Formats: sequence, structure tokens, C-alpha cells
Amino acid sequence: MGRYLIRRGIISVFTLIAISMVIYSILALAPGDPLSGFANNPNVPPELRARIRHTMGLDDPIPVQYARWASAYARGDWLQSYSAKIPVRDYVMGRLPVTLKISGTAFLLSVLIAIPIGVLSSIKQYSIFDQVATTFAFLGFSVPTFFSGILLILIFSVYLGWLPFVYDSQVTGFWPNVKQSIMPITVLGLAGAAQLTRFVRASMLETISQDYVRTARAKGLREQSVVVLHAMRNALIPVVTVMALQVPEVFGGAIVTEQIFRIPGIGRALIDGIYSKDVPVVMAITFGIAVLVVLFNVIADILYAILDPRIRYS
Amino acid sequence: MTDLELGAPPKSAPAVQLVVPEVPGTAESAAPPHEVADLRVKPQRSLWGNAWRQFRRHKLAMAGTILFFFMLIATFVGSPLYPQQIDDIDFSASGSGISLAHPFGTDSLGRDILARILWGGRISLAVGIVAALVAIVVGTAIGATAGFIGGKSDTLLMRLTDLFISLPQVPLLLVISFLYRQAFYDFFQRSMGSGVVGIFLLIVVVIGLLSWMPTARLVRASFLETKEKEFIEAAEAIGASRFSQMFRHILPNVMSPIIVAATLGVGAAIITESVLSFLGLGFPSDVPTWGSMLYDAKDRFEIAPHEALFPGTMIFLTVLSINYIGDGLRDALDPRKTQ
Repeated sequence: MGRYLIRRGIISVFTLIAISMVIYSILALAPGDPLSGFANNPNVPPELRARIRHTMGLDDPIPVQYARWASAYARGDWLQSYSAKIPVRDYVMGRLPVTLKISGTAFLLSVLIAIPIGVLSSIKQYSIFDQVATTFAFLGFSVPTFFSGILLILIFSVYLGWLPFVYDSQVTGFWPNVKQSIMPITVLGLAGAAQLTRFVRASMLETISQDYVRTARAKGLREQSVVVLHAMRNALIPVVTVMALQVPEVFGGAIVTEQIFRIPGIGRALIDGIYSKDVPVVMAITFGIAVLVVLFNVIADILYAILDPRIRYS
Repeated sequence: MTDLELGAPPKSAPAVQLVVPEVPGTAESAAPPHEVADLRVKPQRSLWGNAWRQFRRHKLAMAGTILFFFMLIATFVGSPLYPQQIDDIDFSASGSGISLAHPFGTDSLGRDILARILWGGRISLAVGIVAALVAIVVGTAIGATAGFIGGKSDTLLMRLTDLFISLPQVPLLLVISFLYRQAFYDFFQRSMGSGVVGIFLLIVVVIGLLSWMPTARLVRASFLETKEKEFIEAAEAIGASRFSQMFRHILPNVMSPIIVAATLGVGAAIITESVLSFLGLGFPSDVPTWGSMLYDAKDRFEIAPHEALFPGTMIFLTVLSINYIGDGLRDALDPRKTQ
């Protein structure tokens, strides 16, 4: 396991270096010189612009620029935001709590919905409950979050007027905060729950038909303990790894919901960054999500090995 | 056939060793007659006939198929026939609801929403289908090469797949579309006279190149499994080239998962394009796709909810029908479920 982890770690570092090169090249090769930021500002006189470009090293070849950028990143310096005029690190960290609050709660909600419903619908396969649950999971899995978000806004904000549809980060107090978070959490949570329910159900169905489950029943155990202690424990192993893989998606999904509900989080910062060509911000968020994807891939593998004694890495 | 087997020297020596003992002798190859008779009792069924019979039993998949073809016909055939134009501006009818003149109402400029939905639906559907095709072709090519050739190229291609899987897809898609779409638009405007084609190509290729990885893994796994089967050895023994082994003998046998993945990929690509346009990073605003109509509608929920409801419902219904088709195909093409 130790050697496996070291090898995985080395591969991950190389993957991240490759990803950073891909992202950097996409930005560097784009027409309109997006990397140059305010050095491109037409209000700046040409000679001053040339001097800024020179001091920023924008006239160097792209590999040199990349190396400079990479070494700054490795030292934890995420450069300066072009538009917010503060270090990107502070900017991103300031946006992170809202996203974590909304998307994190949504993630928990999806797990809390998916596991009981998936398990129940597998042990009562083809029952009315199962049919309703699978239908809803299918609908939830097919409805894009931008549409479910719009529907919720139309119903609960426009017609009923119960919930605000613009998220206001200045709002204080527990209840107003809950009220403005309900819809985004529901949208993200239900979308995640729909996917996860299908997975839990499939995994449970596979486990429940195994011989050892029949043995457990045959030796007279109560159904509850057969399901919870015998079947579920094994069926949830792949589910846990899928959950680990979904964590980075939480941030990807936040891009759309934060745009719909105007939540000032990471996803919103990314879109604003793209619109204002604020390359350091875009780079930091994009690369940050890549780091999460790679990290949680490794975590998923480790969890799998810990939970399932049949899996041994060498 | 026997001439070929015995006469043409097979390409690799070890294969001969393996195959020759299994070439059935004339005496043994004659199966007991009653088994043959049994086979003839039932009418012949083909793989595709079986699949179709199975698929028809899946009611929701059939409903999905009908709905999807209805969408295709309505948008591709209906749009040119529909009398209203997509850019007929009529401020007196701005933001009006459902009426006889405008069955789906009008938008903020008084343009007919049904006309825009039909016109833009062609783009949304075409993006979905072509992007899924790009992903499937790239994924199949890479997966097949890795699985069939193996060795160094397998390792290399799988590392490439891992790298692409780790890319942050949605952010990259947004960034690429935003940074490159003007250049694509201008280039195609100059060379072909239609900049929208450039945006279409950009979006389709980028979505395709960011979503081929699951197919590649799937195809590689199926290839690894299938290339060990006896009928591939037999093909090798009669001198089938590696190309023909790959595409004539193995590929048809691994088509089922590819077809299912392709179907579901169409829905996913439609959603992706809608997300792009919804964020204002897809097609330009004078090209109405379902996603960009939502983008136009999103600041006018209180006054004109129908502007968002109709295109949103179209996306939802299309994706739902495609997913049901995929579900039905998965069941129909799975030989374990076929009776």
C-alpha cells in the first residue's frame, strides 16, 4: 500500500503538471493576448504598455512564461487579480465559504436522500415504491440544473413569493439565510441524489442476489439485519468511492446554480473572471478544480482498498 | 476455405500452434443430426431483430423514440414551414403570452418564441448529435487501438485518457469557448460566409474532445476481452489482416455498449451546449438555441415566465426522451436479458 501510494502520488504530480500545461497553453495561444491583462488596456500609452509587458515578462517565449508561472504557483503565490486588484489567493478564499456552504449542504442532502431511497427501492424491487423512486431518479437525472432552478424560481419566488431568488451575502440572521439557501441547495441536492440513488440501487441489487446474503437469510437472521449488516455494508463500498469522485463535481455544478441564483461563490467568480478576462483568477479556479479531481481520484482508490479487503494494491 | 487455412501461411507462428489442433477433423465436426434439426424448428433471428423485439417491449423507450423523432421532424421540417420568422421584431407584441398568432408567446422584442424554438432546436439537436459522434469516433479509435495493440501504445493511450479525465471539463469548456469563439466566427465568416458554422464546429469539437474518455475505456475493455476469443484466433488463422480483425471481427461484437454510450452522449452534449449558451458563452445572441433563449429570458422571470418555460421544457423533454432511448437500448442490446 505504501509503495502504491508513492507511485500514485508521483503519477498525480505529473498529471497535474500536464494539466497545468494544457490550461496554460489554451490561455497563452488564445487570440487577443488574454494573458497580458491590463497591459493591453488601450488607455495606457503605448510606451508604458511596452514597459509593463516587459516587466511582466510577456515578451518572453511561452515556455519561459509558463515556467515562471509554475514556480510562482509552487511557492503558493497565485498572482494578482486583474480586476479585483487583490491577490488571487485572497479573492478565491473569500469566495470559497459560500460555495462550500451551499454545495456542501447539497452534497450531504443528496447522500441522505439517495442511500435510504436506493436501498429501500432495491429490497422492494418492482414495487410501487421502487417504480416511483426510479422514475423520479430518472427525471431528476435528465433535468438540467438550469431548468430545475428556473422552475423553482418561477414557482416559489414569482408565483408564491415565498423565497427570494437573488442570494444576498450581506443578509444576517439564521432564518433569512436559510430561506435564500433553500432553492440552490434543493436544485444541486436533488440532481446529485438522482444520480446517486440509481447507483445505490444498482449496487444493492447486485449484492442482494449474492450467495452469502441468502445464507444470512437461511440461517434465520432478521430481514433488517440481513439488509443493513450484511448487504448494505458491502453494497455501499462502490457507492463511497463514487461519492468521493463526485466531490469535485460539486464545484463544477456550482457554476450553473451560482449563476442562476447569483450566489457570490467560486463558480460565479469563474464566470466573472472569464468575462473580464481576469486570467489569474480563471487559472486559479480551473487548476484548483483539477487538483481536486486528481486528489479525490486517489482518495477514492484508497477508500476502496480500506473498505474492501479483497482489493489490495501493490 | 480449407484451402486458405491449409495453404496460406498464417502470419505469426504461435497462432498456428494454437489453431491447428483445434481445426476440427471432418469426422468430429459433424454434429449429431438431431441438434441441427432442433435449430430449424424456430425461425431464424438476427441480433438486431432480437434487439428490436426487446426494445419495443420497453414502453418508455418507445415513447422516447417517438418523441425524439417528433422533435427532429418538428425542428428540421417544421421550422422552414412555420410562417413566422425568428427575427420579426414587433414591439407592440413584446413579451405577450400564449395567443393564436404566437402559440408560445413572444419575447422582449416581440419575436415569436415558437419560431425561435423550432429554428434553434435544429442547432441544439445538431450540436448534440455531432458532438456525441465526435466523442464516439475518438473514443472508439483510441479504445480500440489501445485494447487491440496493447503494450506501449496501450499504456500511452490510457495515460492520455487519464489526463483528459482529470481535466476540469466544464471550466475548460467555458474558457475555450469564450476565448476562441470570436476568432472562429471571424475566420469562418471570411472563408465560408457563415460565422455561425465556425462557432458550431468549435463547440462540437470541444465538447467531443472533452467527453470521449468513458467510451475509450469501455471500448478498450471490450476489445481486451473479445480479442482473446476463439473466433478471432480463427480469423487470424485464415489470414485476416490486423485491420480487418479490428474492424470486421471485433468491432461489431463490441457495438452494443458503444451505441448506448453514443445515445446517452447526445443528451449530455445537448445539456452541455445549453449550459454554455445559458451562461452567455455559446452561440452569439442573434442565434437562438434553446440555451441562449434561456439566457435572454433569465432576467425577465417576473414579467415573462413563458420565455424561459418553453425552451427549458424542450431541453428537458429532449434529454429525457434520449435517456429513455438509451435505457431501452441498454436492455435490448444486453444478450443476458434477451429471451
